[in-house]
Amino acid sequence: MAYIEVNEGVPGIRSLVQFRPETGKPLYELAQVLLRGPSPLSAAERELIAAYVSHRNNCAFCMNSHAAASRFLYGDQKHVVDELLKEHQAQQLSDKMKALLLIAGKVQMNGKQVTEKDIEAAKNVGASDTDIHDTVLIAASFSMFNRYVDGLASFTPTNESDYVEMGKRMGELGYQLPKK
Amino acid sequence: MAYINLENDLPGIRGPMIYRPDTGAILNQLAEILLHDEDNTLSRGDREMIGTYVSSQNDCFFCQHVHGAMAQHYFGCDTDFIDGIKKDFRSADISEKMKSLLAIAGSVQKGGKYVTQEQISEAKKLGATDREIHDTVLIAAAFSMFNRYVDGLNTWAPQDRQVYIDRAPMRAREGYSQAGLVK
Repeated sequence: MAYIEVNEGVPGIRSLVQFRPETGKPLYELAQVLLRGPSPLSAAERELIAAYVSHRNNCAFCMNSHAAASRFLYGDQKHVVDELLKEHQAQQLSDKMKALLLIAGKVQMNGKQVTEKDIEAAKNVGASDTDIHDTVLIAASFSMFNRYVDGLASFTPTNESDYVEMGKRMGELGYQLPKK
Repeated sequence: MAYINLENDLPGIRGPMIYRPDTGAILNQLAEILLHDEDNTLSRGDREMIGTYVSSQNDCFFCQHVHGAMAQHYFGCDTDFIDGIKKDFRSADISEKMKSLLAIAGSVQKGGKYVTQEQISEAKKLGATDREIHDTVLIAAAFSMFNRYVDGLNTWAPQDRQVYIDRAPMRAREGYSQAGLVK
């Protein structure tokens, strides 16, 4: 049960932004711009970075929901999501995505872990400044979202099947602040 | 020097916020509501102090000195008082309730799952409301983002702490809504 009095049965961050819509508004806007707005990275790739950081933070709600959104958006390429998150392999991903995921993993630990060498390696396989910027901010923002969701012990559905519909909705509609 | 060409030479988070103003404006809104909005039972000084403490635990020079100077401005204290809280808040001259909130923020800094029911019960026993606990967790989580954004891109920071102290009254007056979005 959540540490504060939120609507019962509402999962994860939805319950928290219903509790406090004033802060929920910029949080949902940030997710929408970062994961769906203009970017050289596809929405599927950005959702995968989000799921990867959430996986490393052991945040089941964020990991399952963003993995489901990434699977939905990858369509017939969706196997790359489970290869990365379950088998810890990235053979099917581009060299650029691998280099960006390495940077995201460093950001997850702490910003200072990212080195000049990591950045050079990403640039050498075609990552642009905007690719790198967006990767760092997605990884940083999920370091926030994960802590928000778990720090207040919000309700987390446990079956992966609970997240399929959620992923489809996130893929189709993006991020809109839920009604109170 | 920053890892990417930010096309400006502003320090800390202001560099990437101008580089990408669509996300920058939203980050400002979040900071405004969490730290500066009047509709809050936690004082501005206490909220800034929570951000400062998390930034100091994350060793983020820019954030801890910007927000430490803000807390100092609101508290009307000296720099040593802020440094004392960062170093060991339990022996600082602050309320027991604030100590219980800083303990929660310190757990959030490590990871959301580090927050315990005991910490929450302790804070509630000392008078913290659900919304105060909510805001403490979200401020600590938001600084876990801001710190990573600032350091993950290797932005530069003025090393003279007086620079941060001198800017604080202006920021307190204007708030964060438009902060840094003009070159």
